[in-house]
Amino acid sequence: MVKEIEKTGLPVVHMCNLVPISLTVGTNRIVPTISIPYPLGDPAAPQEEQWKLRYHRVGVALDALAADVKEQTVFKVKI
Amino acid sequence: MKKGILYINQFFGQIGGEEMADYEPEIREGLVGPATFLQQQLKDIEITHTIICGDNFMGSRKEEAVQRIMGFLQDKEIDIFFAGPAFRAGRYGVACGTICHEVNQKLNIPAITSMNEENPGVEMFRYTDIYIFKGGKSAAQMKEDIKAMARFANKLVHGEPLLPAAEEGYFGRGKRHEIYPEDGPMAADRVVDMLLKKLRGEPFQTELPMPKTERIPIAPPIKDLSRATIALVTSGGIVPHENPDRIQSASATRWGKYDIAGMDSLSPEIFKTIHAGYDPNAANEDPNRVVPLDALRAYEKEGKIGKVYDYFYTTVGTGTTQGEAARMGREIARELLEAGVDGVILTST
Repeated sequence: MVKEIEKTGLPVVHMCNLVPISLTVGTNRIVPTISIPYPLGDPAAPQEEQWKLRYHRVGVALDALAADVKEQTVFKVKI
Repeated sequence: MKKGILYINQFFGQIGGEEMADYEPEIREGLVGPATFLQQQLKDIEITHTIICGDNFMGSRKEEAVQRIMGFLQDKEIDIFFAGPAFRAGRYGVACGTICHEVNQKLNIPAITSMNEENPGVEMFRYTDIYIFKGGKSAAQMKEDIKAMARFANKLVHGEPLLPAAEEGYFGRGKRHEIYPEDGPMAADRVVDMLLKKLRGEPFQTELPMPKTERIPIAPPIKDLSRATIALVTSGGIVPHENPDRIQSASATRWGKYDIAGMDSLSPEIFKTIHAGYDPNAANEDPNRVVPLDALRAYEKEGKIGKVYDYFYTTVGTGTTQGEAARMGREIARELLEAGVDGVILTST
């Protein structure tokens, strides 16, 4: 799906946990998430921490859409 | 007795060569050219008619050609459709694929053709519901190619169990089927055998081959995020509780789009996941963990982005074939493009 969207020329960022699979499939902009069942917020963590993490990673994803990348890129996240 | 019809081009229809490639579609009763040999190989299938169409006519006036041929078929009794074989003839292969696909979709009957792997018709049509047999390079292989098509057609009409594409001899269509082999080792034994071979560095044959990766040029970045419309897409199966589009929990073939205009976040009162490939508790408790609308809204309010697109798109990405995923991706991409969306965040579970 990511590739079909990108084929139209729309920049797309894949937020996923299985980064190696996304790379193998050929995704160009990737932002890692923390798990499969809860990509952007660990239910065991306090609400505030979950929010911080989600806000941060979505921000990284937005910056990825605006980044002029030349090759497949996995963007770094701080939290 | 089942009824079949064969499609061939002007050359095999004995009309003429390149100079006759504009030959308009025609249907004849009975057998023309390769139809005779095909008929000899078939059991309980009668080839009642042969359709002939010039390759250029089909190539440059495709819609008209298809329309006229479908018109020919309107009043015919037909259970199975054949085209070719097309060998390495590019235009002929594309023509065979085009008409097989049309007949298959509109009449809902099996359509069988044959081409060489180098024929562009293979890549164009192999991931549809038609059968493209692996054919020879040239008409020297006519008999072998027709035999392969006929053998499979005989199995189809007699309802015999079908083997995987590679064993039947057609190009894999990216479809997965569950089969229960009557003899031979069970799956657990086979997979351990494979693992042992892998550990020993010996060659082994996977039962679930991954299609080759196609590289997509990197899309240009968004120039000005603060004026951009961003859309959310997910394969995590987040849907309204009633799942109005009845998206399947696994091996999905359907997707949905749901209005999020005016919502600050995805409420668990409205949304949940129907994805059968992961523990749904965390997603059901807070769907923003999978589709981060709350965070994206915050960026919209701050002015980092112009706008969150009014709908999010969703399907289920477990057991979903690459062929189906690609089709759904294309359909979603078309809508996003038409809506003037500038960039997409796609979340996966």
